[in-house]
Amino acid sequence: MMQESPLVVLDRVYKSFGALKVLDGVSFSVGRGDVLVLIGRSGSGKSTALRCIDRFEKIDSGEIHVCGRRVDAPDIDLRALRQDVGIVFQSYNLFPHLTIAQNIMLAPVSVKGMHKAAARELAATMLAKVGLSEKLDAYPEQLSGGQQQRAAIARSLAMQPKVMLFDEVTSALDPQLTGEVLKVIEALAADGMTMVIVTHEMGFARGIARHVVFMHEGKVHEAGTASILTTPATPELAQFVGTGL
Amino acid sequence: MGGSLNANHLLFLGQGALWTIGLSAIALIGGGLVGFLIALARVSPNKLVRLTSGAYVQLVQGTPLLVIMFLGFFGLAALGFPMTPLAAAGASLTIYVGAYFGEIWRGCIQSVPRPQWEAAEGLGLSRTQRMLKVILPQAVRIATPPTVGFMVQIIKNTSLASVVGFVELARSGQIINNSLFEPFLIYAIVAVIYFALCFPISLLSRRLERRMGVGRAKLMPT
Repeated sequence: MMQESPLVVLDRVYKSFGALKVLDGVSFSVGRGDVLVLIGRSGSGKSTALRCIDRFEKIDSGEIHVCGRRVDAPDIDLRALRQDVGIVFQSYNLFPHLTIAQNIMLAPVSVKGMHKAAARELAATMLAKVGLSEKLDAYPEQLSGGQQQRAAIARSLAMQPKVMLFDEVTSALDPQLTGEVLKVIEALAADGMTMVIVTHEMGFARGIARHVVFMHEGKVHEAGTASILTTPATPELAQFVGTGL
Repeated sequence: MGGSLNANHLLFLGQGALWTIGLSAIALIGGGLVGFLIALARVSPNKLVRLTSGAYVQLVQGTPLLVIMFLGFFGLAALGFPMTPLAAAGASLTIYVGAYFGEIWRGCIQSVPRPQWEAAEGLGLSRTQRMLKVILPQAVRIATPPTVGFMVQIIKNTSLASVVGFVELARSGQIINNSLFEPFLIYAIVAVIYFALCFPISLLSRRLERRMGVGRAKLMPT
């Protein structure tokens, strides 16, 4: 069998906001079914790196490939890219004027041209997956933060992405609500979903990561399997996981 | 001479009031259409479109409506394009109201939180789909109270159409006064009619604002 190329590749990516170098030659790759956790202090560039993958930020130089597509190309088909990549944000960002079902149905209907009845069925299936079957016709404001975040995950999953990006999705939640969201992500990992996760939850990172990238001052400071979280090679990572305990 | 106020005078004032309502409706619809296009142009990704529409807004907001009316009626006529008072007043109000609605609605579109755009973008929606299905429905909710509030300004501003000879409520009062010479009584009646038109609308605006004040929280991520 031919060896599969990774789904996501960052190759010497540079990105500055004005004089501030946010990404300073970042390289890593994510294979199919891999779960890569990006950790690092605030301002280390991990969220920016994640946002570059879905081209919410344009990079200054380097290359990013996602599902065989060159993301940094000027003529990239953004809509095709975003059908392959699902992204979930810290602040959920459900659409407040639509019910949960309508939130989930919107993209399948308007982007993929799915029939409404089929899309509603899909919404029900996706909500069942995140344990929210009874919230189909509720509005986002009627849900707790954890439920909203799970609904946001269901909304992304409904587009059947090949890669899921999670950008500090539990940072706005208390520990109990965090747990229910993390359980959903763990179930996705068990299903073989390819994921890139930015998180501050060290316990969660240890439990779910196949690979870990530790970012420090815009660079990949240390990278490896999940074992580097327990036996870090650099003093910076040792200090970082030490404070995270 | 002159006689005293009778039913015919009141009927005449009533007719004037109907024209005030009609002109307000023209301004609301015309200005609404122009304003909608201006609001979209003001948030366009195209810089030229943004600048042009911005210049339009600045130009109109920096010009008295009275002068726009003069230009539309006397100015165009002098250039060889005679306009009826209704056409001149309707067009002037459309231009004027369009600029203000454009600016009000631009603010409403931009006050929909930025992450809403990103979430829609992340789902693969096109710019038009993001605007129509995600941003505008939320912007409309935000825009309703100030829009209804501005309708009061429109009604009152239609009185300026009297200067180009359009017989709306204020001009009807003037005409009656020219024969009765009872300015206090007649303008008091005119004022009461304006108030009767405007007050329910400002009441509605205030009520909407209060209701939206509660609803606003829904637009923000918690």
